Amino acid sequence: MSARPVTTEDLLPFPLVPEGTTAKDIDDAVSLPMESFPTRRWWIAFSFSLGLLLIFSVNVTITVSQGIGTWGVNNPVGWGFAIVNLVFWIGIGHAGTLISAILFLFRQHWRTAIARFAEAMTLFAVLCAVQFPVLHTGRPWLAIYWMVPYPNHNNLWTNFRSPLEWDVFAISTYGTVSFLFWFLGLIPDLALARDRAKHPLRKFIYGLLSLGWNGSNRAWSHYERAYGLFAAIATPLVLSVHSVISFDFAASIVPGWHTTIFPPYFVAGAILSGFAMVTLVVVLLRKMFNLQHLVTESHLEVMNKIMLATALMVGYAYASEFFVAWYSGVLYEKYVFLNRAMGPYAWGYWSMVTCNVFVPQLLWFKKFRRNPWLMVPIVILVNVGMWFERFVIIVTSLHRDYLPAAWGMYHPTWVDAGLLVGSFGLFFTLVLLFVRFLPTIAVSELKGAVLQKHAGAHHE
Amino acid sequence: MNKPIVEAGTVGLVDDLSGTIPSKPKLGDKLLEGKQEKVGVVGLFDDPHALVKAAEKVRDAGWKQWDCHTPFPVHGLDAAMGLGWSKLPTIALSLGFTGAALALLMQYWMSAVSYPVHIGGKPLFSWPAFVPITFEMFVLFTAAGTVLTGLWMCKLGRWHSPLHDSGVMAEVSSSRFALVLSAKDELWSDGARSLLDEAGCTDVRDLFEDVDDGRIL
Repeated sequence: MSARPVTTEDLLPFPLVPEGTTAKDIDDAVSLPMESFPTRRWWIAFSFSLGLLLIFSVNVTITVSQGIGTWGVNNPVGWGFAIVNLVFWIGIGHAGTLISAILFLFRQHWRTAIARFAEAMTLFAVLCAVQFPVLHTGRPWLAIYWMVPYPNHNNLWTNFRSPLEWDVFAISTYGTVSFLFWFLGLIPDLALARDRAKHPLRKFIYGLLSLGWNGSNRAWSHYERAYGLFAAIATPLVLSVHSVISFDFAASIVPGWHTTIFPPYFVAGAILSGFAMVTLVVVLLRKMFNLQHLVTESHLEVMNKIMLATALMVGYAYASEFFVAWYSGVLYEKYVFLNRAMGPYAWGYWSMVTCNVFVPQLLWFKKFRRNPWLMVPIVILVNVGMWFERFVIIVTSLHRDYLPAAWGMYHPTWVDAGLLVGSFGLFFTLVLLFVRFLPTIAVSELKGAVLQKHAGAHHE
Repeated sequence: MNKPIVEAGTVGLVDDLSGTIPSKPKLGDKLLEGKQEKVGVVGLFDDPHALVKAAEKVRDAGWKQWDCHTPFPVHGLDAAMGLGWSKLPTIALSLGFTGAALALLMQYWMSAVSYPVHIGGKPLFSWPAFVPITFEMFVLFTAAGTVLTGLWMCKLGRWHSPLHDSGVMAEVSSSRFALVLSAKDELWSDGARSLLDEAGCTDVRDLFEDVDDGRIL
C-alpha cells in the first residue's frame, strides 16, 4: 500500500519553470511588457502590422465602394479567396480553443504558459475570419438581413436547412464563447495588474475590468467549476465549428466536396494550422519579451509533437480522398482528383502536400522540435500549406465540375491579394496590442501549478 | 455586535498589537475620510498549507461569515472551509437546455408555421437539419449562463472592499494567503483574532471600512 496521492508534479512532462522561481519572479516577468514602455522590437513589429492593416483597410474600402467585381470570383468559381481566407482563419483559431479547453480537460498543466496567447489568438483569428463572408455579401450593411432571422418587412426568415446559415450561428457562437472564456481566465490576472498598478488611471482601468476580484476562496470554488464547465462545452463547440464549415462543402453535390471525410479532415487541418500559428506567435513573443524561462523549449517541443501528429492525419486524409475517389468509380470524382494533382492548379496541390505532409516530417528530429529558429520556417510553411489546402479544395472543385462547357479558370486580383495580406495586419496588430496591455500568461494558473508543489499542500 | 468606531483621519490598516497608527500613507489612503468601523480581522500566511490548517480550525469552531483569499485556487481549501459543490453548473446547464429548446422552437415556428415553404413534398419540420443551430444555441446559452451565474455567485461587480483599501489584496494577488473573520458573524468578539494566533498566524491585522460609503471604486 505505497499509494501516494497523484500531484500536479507527476502530471507534468517537464518542469514548468526553472528551479527556485518565486511568485514574484513570475509576476514581474509577465507584467514587464504591460508596465514598461514598449521596446524597439515591439514598435518595429507594430509599425509593420499597422502598415499591413492599412493595406487591408484600403482594399476593404475598394471592395465595399465598388463591389466584389473587383475580386477574381466568376462563374463557375463563385467562391474565391474570401472563402479560402474564412476557412483558413477559423482553422487558425481552433488551436486556441484546443489548448485552453481540450488540454485543460486532459489536465495538461504545461498548457498554462501558452493558453492565454492561444486564446487571444483564437479571438483575433475569428475576427479576421468573419470579415470575409461579410465582405463577400457585397453589401455588408445588408448582411444582417441575409444572415440573422429577425422579423422583417417581407415576413421572410432565413433558411435553417442551409449549412451557410448554420455557419452564421456556429461562428458567432464560437466568437462569443471564445471571448467569454478568454475574459473569464483574465479576471484574476487583471486583479493582479490592478494591484501592481502605480498610476491611478491604470489602477482604475484594470480595477474596472477585474470586476473587483478579491481572490475569495468562495469565489474560486465557483470560478473553477465555471472554468471546467466552459472547457467542457468549448470542446464539442470547437469540433462542431469546423465540422459545420466543412458541411458548406460536404452538403453540396460538387465533386471533391461531397464526401463524408470532410468534418474530421477539416478539424485535423485546423489543429495543424492553429498549432503552427501558435508556435510562430509564441516563438516571436517569448523572444520579444524575454519570456524564455516561462515558455520553454519543452513547451515548443510538445506543440511540435502535436503538429507532427496532425500533419500525419492530414496526410492520411489526402491519401484517403484519392483512394475513395478511385474506389467510388464515379467519373467526375476521379477526374477532380486527377485534375488537382495534374491539372492547371497542380502547383497549388503540390505546395499543399509539400508544406503539410513532407515538411512537418522534419519534426521527427529533436533538434527541429526544440530549436526556435529551425521551427520557424516549418511553421510558416505549414501555414502556407494549410492556406493552399483550402485554395485547392475550393478552386479546383469549382473550376471543373461536370460539363466541360461550363469549365473555367480562376485568377485572383490584387484586391484579393491585398485583403489576404492585410488580414495578417489586422491579426498581428491585435496580437501586439494584446501583449502590450494584458497579461500574456495565465499568472494565477501558472502560480497554482508551480507554487503548490513547493508548498506541498496536497489535501484530498 | 462589538464594532469600535475609529476617529477620522486614520488609514485602513491599524496595527492593533502596538496600538500605534501607521504614519506612512498607503495607496488609496487619501480616499479614506470620515468615520470607519472595524469589520473584521485578517490573518496572512505565507504557505497555503498553513492556511488550509487554519481554515479547518475556523470551520470546526463553527464560523459562518468568513473567507479565505488566495492568489490561486488552493487544493483542499474547499473541504477545509466546508464548502459544498458549486451549484453553478446546474444553473448554467439549465439555461443551456432552455436555449436549445428555444432554438428548436424558433426553427420549427419559422420554417413550419410562420412561412412554410413546400418543396418536393419534403417535411416542413425537418428536424435533422435543425440540429446544428440547436446545438450552437445550447453552447451559447450555457456559456452566457456560466458567466452571468458566475458573476453573481462570485459576487463580482463590487469594486470596493476593506481588503482592497487596506492593501491586503495587493499582497494576496502576488503570493500571500489571507483568512478573514468577519465582524458580522455570531461568534465574533474582540478575541476573534486569538483564533488566528492559535492557528499559527504571525501576521494578524484588523480590517476597517468607511461608514456609509457610497463609492464604487
